[in-house]
Amino acid sequence: MTPQPVSAAAPAGVLRRYLFSTDHRTVGRQYFFLSLIAVLVGMVLSLIMRVHMAWPEVRLPFLGQTLPEDYLAYMTMHGTLMVFFVLTTAPQSAFGNLVLPEQIGAGRMAFPRMNALSFWLTAVAFVVVVSALFVPSGASQSGWTQYPPLSVVRSTGAGQGLGVDLWIVGIGIFCFASLLGAINFIATVLRMRALGMSLMRMPLTVWSWFVTAQLTLLAFSVLLAAALLLFFDRHMGTSFFVPAGVVVNGVVQKYAGGSPLLWQHLFWFFGHPEVYIAILPGMGLTSHLLSTFARKPVFGYSAMVFSTMAIGFFGFLVWGHHMFIAGLSPYATLAFATLTMVVAIPSGVKTVNWLATLWRGRIRLTTPMLFSIGFVSLFVTGGLSGPILAQPTIDAYLHDTYFVVAHFHMIMGMAAVFAIFAATYFWFPKLSAGRLMSERWGRVHFWLTFIGAYATFLPMHFLGMAGHPRRYAQIAGSAEYLQGLLPLQTWVTCAAIGLIAAQFIFLANLFWSLRRGCVAETNPWNATTLEWQPPSEALVVYRGAYEYGVVRDGRDYRMQSEE
Amino acid sequence: MVREVAIPNEVREPGTGVGGRGPNVRPPAGGDGGGDEGRRQPEGNPRFRRRLLRARIGLAAAAVGISIFFLAMSSAYLVRQGTGPSIGRDGREVGAWIPLVLPQIVWFNTLLLVISSATAEMARRQLFHQPALTEEWLGLGKPTQRRALPWMGITLLLGIGFLVGQYLAWQEMNITGWADMKNPSSSFFFIFTGAHAAHLIGGLVALAWAGLATALSRPLETRQVLTDISALYWHLMGAVWLGILGLMYFAR
Repeated sequence: MTPQPVSAAAPAGVLRRYLFSTDHRTVGRQYFFLSLIAVLVGMVLSLIMRVHMAWPEVRLPFLGQTLPEDYLAYMTMHGTLMVFFVLTTAPQSAFGNLVLPEQIGAGRMAFPRMNALSFWLTAVAFVVVVSALFVPSGASQSGWTQYPPLSVVRSTGAGQGLGVDLWIVGIGIFCFASLLGAINFIATVLRMRALGMSLMRMPLTVWSWFVTAQLTLLAFSVLLAAALLLFFDRHMGTSFFVPAGVVVNGVVQKYAGGSPLLWQHLFWFFGHPEVYIAILPGMGLTSHLLSTFARKPVFGYSAMVFSTMAIGFFGFLVWGHHMFIAGLSPYATLAFATLTMVVAIPSGVKTVNWLATLWRGRIRLTTPMLFSIGFVSLFVTGGLSGPILAQPTIDAYLHDTYFVVAHFHMIMGMAAVFAIFAATYFWFPKLSAGRLMSERWGRVHFWLTFIGAYATFLPMHFLGMAGHPRRYAQIAGSAEYLQGLLPLQTWVTCAAIGLIAAQFIFLANLFWSLRRGCVAETNPWNATTLEWQPPSEALVVYRGAYEYGVVRDGRDYRMQSEE
Repeated sequence: MVREVAIPNEVREPGTGVGGRGPNVRPPAGGDGGGDEGRRQPEGNPRFRRRLLRARIGLAAAAVGISIFFLAMSSAYLVRQGTGPSIGRDGREVGAWIPLVLPQIVWFNTLLLVISSATAEMARRQLFHQPALTEEWLGLGKPTQRRALPWMGITLLLGIGFLVGQYLAWQEMNITGWADMKNPSSSFFFIFTGAHAAHLIGGLVALAWAGLATALSRPLETRQVLTDISALYWHLMGAVWLGILGLMYFAR
């Protein structure tokens, strides 16, 4: 066959390259930058809240003084944006799409066009949700948990009209997009692995994305159902969630016999698996990076796989621990408390295995490694307050205090985010066109963020134990016992300002490195997995994912495709 | 660096087994899905079989999601049913569960849906009918088109008939006074039938798309996958409907 002249591919127009791109890497990048925008908005909202908490009289430029109802709206949007558009999107949709097909040797996702659709639906959902901040009546004030009757009765607050409707519609679209994404992940992992890539040879990142996709499939369907029922209660005159005789502003509301507890059950049946959706990809990545940078196989690969599945499974059985003071039967409470402690066991197995992976490893403290070790630290700190809150008698006091806020911020706000940072630094050659982020500034970013995380969220445990309620716009000038906590709140605000400021280093590093970062070689981290493989025609897998440590031919690792 | 890699069959030097299973006799067939399933001969080439199985796995995942969606609402239904009436501000009982009386037409609609499942299955099988496929492959006309399109058309008509019947059921509920959304049992009726109808419309779109692909003579493999998936989705919708109906009738 005569060699064909190689012509430069006609530069694809913007539309085809971005709007209709079905390339999994482009979709992954799109999700990544969507999450980045969401996290920036969420951070600004948290900054406004923190400043108000410490100095309530401060008048912000453009926004003026933060009224209590504004505070609640910012709190709702902060939670919604962070949980859905950052913690559900970045670890799974962004990095999963970016890396999964290459890590299993597939080359593409199972349904590329549906993949693009998922992203664009998510983007639409984001616009709908954020638009609530800009409508005259403002955003919803009922928290990301949207408990009825507050979220149903429109006269309970300015943002409870259009604001809540935008939340429901936006999150409904997000649910649908997530379900499509989950279907894609499951089909890809089950059907598109390269020859020789058995399930037990898959990297732990792939396992975590796979289990997370199953959790997404089961959990978001329930949220969609709940959101539909909520919408009907608000607009179609049904009474699923609002009991009879509710009085708002002196007016008896015309609802009949619904149950606010029904919403809580439905929401938390989604809500608890949701937090595992947020953390499991991070756990998979941590296992992956600790092994890669300790130059040792993952300690207990099978245990890691089965504990991932166990966390996923038991995560569906514990939703009642968010409802300990809601008036459930004590027997149900006992069951949920016990099961919550059971779900801590596989997490403990993982933690021990991470430490054992590090033990006697030849540790290279690169930035991704620092963030992974930081993940373990924050996961333990944040996670330990979990079993504490799992004791109903203790939770009776700590529920809805800053102790809970400390718990989930440590573990979701910091540990899961550390995994996102680690992923960004590690897979930056995939995110950009083959470049690396600055190691030096990465280290600076790590240390400032690590110290800032503890400085901001550790004191919140003490605030909670002292009885400081959460979701309160202001404690200054209120109950006597809370005044003594103001100095600590001020400290938290100052630490938060420092923590947020440190993120500018990351942003600068990210955007500068996208264009000017040093060019990475094909396998800059000397890793074993297929995404670092030079592109080749026929891909056959002969080895497991973590063959580090045995030195042969001057290398201490064997790629998965090496015979 | 591109290498020729023969699909290995013989015993390979075992890897250290670290991070996975121990030494293997040969690389396990991974993403191939195990090659041919062993039970049935692969229809057509392995590439088509992989594509079909990929689509079916996707549909299975979607089926799980859809089922959980309806199960969540069923759970809400049962919880609400078990909740007693409340006393309103004026001292009167409100929100008592009144057992639902289903409009009679619902049973006729169910019959239509069940028959449409049968016709959808007939359409699906036409696309896998070996003699017809062989004829097409040999270039002797388009027998699958001739065989499948009528069945698809009937299915579409029956599906539209079902939706019209559901609309009439809603009308009947309205006329007989069951459309008061405050009443818990009938509000669930509207939610269930509405959500099911929305999913069914999606199924009609899929069937129409498969029919269009068949009529427009798209590649055979594409037609097969589309028809297979739309028909199986149609069966799923039938099953969901029977589940919902069963709930609203037996647990009324």
